[in-house]
Amino acid sequence: MIDTSTVATHPLFGRLTLESFPYHEPIVVATFVAVVLGGLALVAALSYFRLWGYLWKEWFTTVDHKRIGIMYMVLGLIMLLRGFADAIMMRLQQAMAFGGSEGYLNAHHYDQIFTAHGVIMIFFVAMPFVTGLMNYVVPLQIGARDVSFPFLNNFSFWMTVGGAVLIMVSLFVGEFARTGWLAYPPLSNIAYSPETGVDYYIWALQIAGVGTTLSGINLICTIVKMRAPGMTMMKMPVFTWTSLCTNVLIVASFPILTATLVLLSLDRYVGTNFFTNDLGGSPMMYVNLIWIWGHPEVYILILPVFGIFSEVTSTFSGKKLFGYTSMVYATVVITILSYLVWLHHFFTMGSGASVNSFFGITTMIISIPTGAKIFNWLFTMYRGRIRFELPMMWTVAFMLTFVVGGMTGVLLAVPPADFVLHNSLFLIAHFHNVIIGGVLFGLFAGIYYWWPKAFGFRLDPFWGKVSFWCWVIGFWVAFMPLYVLGLMGVTRRLRVFEDPSLQIWFQIAAVGAVLIAAGIGAFLLQIAVSVWKRRELVDRTGDPWDGRTLEWATSSPPPDYNFAFTPMIHDNDAWWDMKKRGYKRPLGGYKAIHMPSNSGTGVILAGISVVLGFALVWYIWWLAAVSFVALLAAAIHHTFNYHRDFHIPADVVVRTENERTRLLSGQV
Amino acid sequence: MTRFRALALLPLMAVLSGCNLVVMSPSGDVASQQANLITISTLLMLLIIIPVMVLTVLFAWRYRQSNSTAQYDPDWDHSTQLELVIWAAPLLIIICLGALTWMATHLLDPYRPLDRIAAGRPVPADTKMLDVNVVALDWKWLFIYPEYGIATVNEVAAPVDRPIRFNITSSTVMNSFYIPALAGQIYAMAGMETKLHAVINEPGSYKGFSANYSGAGFSHMRFTFHGLAADGFDKWVADIKAGGGKLDRDGYLQLERPSENEPVRRYGAVDSGLFKAIVGMCVEPGKMCMHDMMAIDAKGGLGLAGIDNVMPLMHDKLSRRGTAVLGPVPVYVAGICSTEELTGRAVESSLGVLNAPADASPISGAGLPRSSITPISAPAPAFGPRLTANP
Repeated sequence: MIDTSTVATHPLFGRLTLESFPYHEPIVVATFVAVVLGGLALVAALSYFRLWGYLWKEWFTTVDHKRIGIMYMVLGLIMLLRGFADAIMMRLQQAMAFGGSEGYLNAHHYDQIFTAHGVIMIFFVAMPFVTGLMNYVVPLQIGARDVSFPFLNNFSFWMTVGGAVLIMVSLFVGEFARTGWLAYPPLSNIAYSPETGVDYYIWALQIAGVGTTLSGINLICTIVKMRAPGMTMMKMPVFTWTSLCTNVLIVASFPILTATLVLLSLDRYVGTNFFTNDLGGSPMMYVNLIWIWGHPEVYILILPVFGIFSEVTSTFSGKKLFGYTSMVYATVVITILSYLVWLHHFFTMGSGASVNSFFGITTMIISIPTGAKIFNWLFTMYRGRIRFELPMMWTVAFMLTFVVGGMTGVLLAVPPADFVLHNSLFLIAHFHNVIIGGVLFGLFAGIYYWWPKAFGFRLDPFWGKVSFWCWVIGFWVAFMPLYVLGLMGVTRRLRVFEDPSLQIWFQIAAVGAVLIAAGIGAFLLQIAVSVWKRRELVDRTGDPWDGRTLEWATSSPPPDYNFAFTPMIHDNDAWWDMKKRGYKRPLGGYKAIHMPSNSGTGVILAGISVVLGFALVWYIWWLAAVSFVALLAAAIHHTFNYHRDFHIPADVVVRTENERTRLLSGQV
Repeated sequence: MTRFRALALLPLMAVLSGCNLVVMSPSGDVASQQANLITISTLLMLLIIIPVMVLTVLFAWRYRQSNSTAQYDPDWDHSTQLELVIWAAPLLIIICLGALTWMATHLLDPYRPLDRIAAGRPVPADTKMLDVNVVALDWKWLFIYPEYGIATVNEVAAPVDRPIRFNITSSTVMNSFYIPALAGQIYAMAGMETKLHAVINEPGSYKGFSANYSGAGFSHMRFTFHGLAADGFDKWVADIKAGGGKLDRDGYLQLERPSENEPVRRYGAVDSGLFKAIVGMCVEPGKMCMHDMMAIDAKGGLGLAGIDNVMPLMHDKLSRRGTAVLGPVPVYVAGICSTEELTGRAVESSLGVLNAPADASPISGAGLPRSSITPISAPAPAFGPRLTANP
């Protein structure tokens, strides 16, 4: 006579009930109302201006790498606003909750917020930004017309969006994980997190992970197979090199994340014991696996950004990059070493001294090629003519900020030091120091650098400088107090504090967060102002910065086919070399150009995936089965689509190129 | 100008002087050595970081576009000597730091018994190490002193200058046991035992807490660590003994349930096998201990019969924070009676303990209603047929 704790789920709605909707939480309801109103306004505006057809035909279904790149950037920007809202809520809570005050967030909310902040910022802000820039720039830099698999590119993008949508749904239906951004078991096991949060986490990352992995394969193929004639590996631009290494890392590490999450979902859904405490499970195994993915992930984010800094430094110093070869080797060494350091994330889990020292020392070794890179940028500036345009300002800010983050990183790699600093706010300050001071500063440099290429006009420098100073000062004000707090022995993820002497530091950090908010605001304003003043800021040459690499050889924005003629490469600064040798743009002899056709299948597949993920989160088995079958059917149906390519007729090419000739001559 | 800048720095200095950088000025020898290591490593790295920062500013200023007097050399992109320097300089620093790391990691390995209690003061030969068993519970800390047979919750004490060995485990999820003033942290994990050796050199009360997020009550998972003079410690122990109260297995199962903001508790006596049972995850009656399971597995396991040697899991952690709603019924491996256990159980059942657990209905998380579940009414059969969920 033994009853069990298993509760039957509703055949139609699974475990979704009225109680799953947080209608009793005023903050969430207010957010929901705002989102609904904003969404309705957007839908109304799009309908009023009859933009749906345009968006669907020209953007959603596009296979053009440039448009997909821009859509990635839009996704990253939207999710940045969400992730930053989480950040400012945390800062506010931690600045308030002293002296018996519980602050304004209970544990249920606060724990979701810091989890969502981490997940969103890494997977749905940094990753889309990085992937977006690679998508936009790499084919142009290597003189290609598109990526190797244009439809796959569209599909990858929409799968990333699908993951982001599922996370946003968790805000209003059910809840998000309350486990920290890596969802360590046993806490993330069904025993300790029986609600839907971890399931949202798992399925959002699995759906987005499909996109990331496929986009990695796509870009590797593109870089390996589609370079313009003459561009040997050692003549590739540095950004392309770092993109190649990044995508190798993606393809080699994301399957580990997928497999780890599959094992976790088996634990949660069918009662296996991979990561449970009992019956032979090992939570430590999960921690190892997730960091074998997680550490390369850090380099997936930072390597492309190193490429951006290389391009920017060399362009704005008006000088060849110092030590191209050592830059390439440094990148490759970092790629390989990034797989040999994962244990430094848990020195305190009880490994022996020899194991800890091994991983500590391999971590320190990574700082050698990284240091070499910093010196290479330094000596690129040396004897240059540095133009302090916005991208270069971000680069100098990066060099001054990032070295501090690098130093504290090496400090954390010393195991006995890590024993006192692990999980502390010192660690939080460290990784924000490298992710904001490295990845984000680099992304801004990249955005300002390539914006004129993408849209044909520059971004307004005034608001750009406002944004720059708010961000840089805001970063230092927000995170230096966290270094101090870490040395005061304050640990991360705390919701309330006892010691009143800590409060001032959290208040300073909150001021920093407000400054960063102003930086984000100024950035958005800058885009609006620049669009408004686009005629003043216009660039007709396609080469506003006196660029060095191939993307500046074509018009801004580039035509659908990128290059009317495939260029021949003789130097790693291909465009600089062409300009120096008095390159004349061919004015005739155009032919029809073979191009891939748009397809809506990517949107459809990703949409079904979201439904499947939602059904699995809520145990709505019939819907899961139906959407899974639909997913297969849609994928198979797509294989019967034979209208995959078309030719841009020669007269269209002639017209486009003549228009550019007219623009160029009007400039003189 | 300088005076103005100093004035601007005043509030910052006021703030800094008011704060206690416990990590950099701790009161235990192990943490002191760790703090020294942080200082040395930082200085070592500043050797290269400062020149880089200075050069960055210098080059950025000197080679700005408007400065037409600076040399401009657009095609200069290689110098073998310079390349050698920029690879060799970080390499040399990392070699020094790596050697330091190797030595310090072995010297300060938390598993290694101490050989000194402070700089220049080796551990006296007649010193007996103080064993403290630590259990991270949801969300409080249990400390058991096997030497004295006492236990405390959210309070721990140790005599000054006597080496301590913490044996650390967790009842459920991962936590990290950390007293910044004493020594570095180490994770507390269920079914496993980690160790930390430390010594406190100055009397005082220090903060301790969990440094690894463990769920809703994590923020309040704090305790106080008292460094006491030898006689003060003896008095502390004697007071607890005099205070009475016993922590037995049933009491532990009650204590282990999730709770927040627990006050300090003291137990004058403690079940001597309790900590071993916690590490073996077999405090509940009828559950096989991890070490028994591993011993059986090491001998080749129970074969097919082992499949049936499980019991549906009820009064346990699986239903601790909520209701398991999916998948097969959670099970545990039923204990196979050893002589020791048999005698132990005979005593317990004669007292009626086993048949009437204190509160056998599983709780389903804070604020949620209890589900109606019939408690276990009979001890687990050793090799009996598998009990199914529905009769």
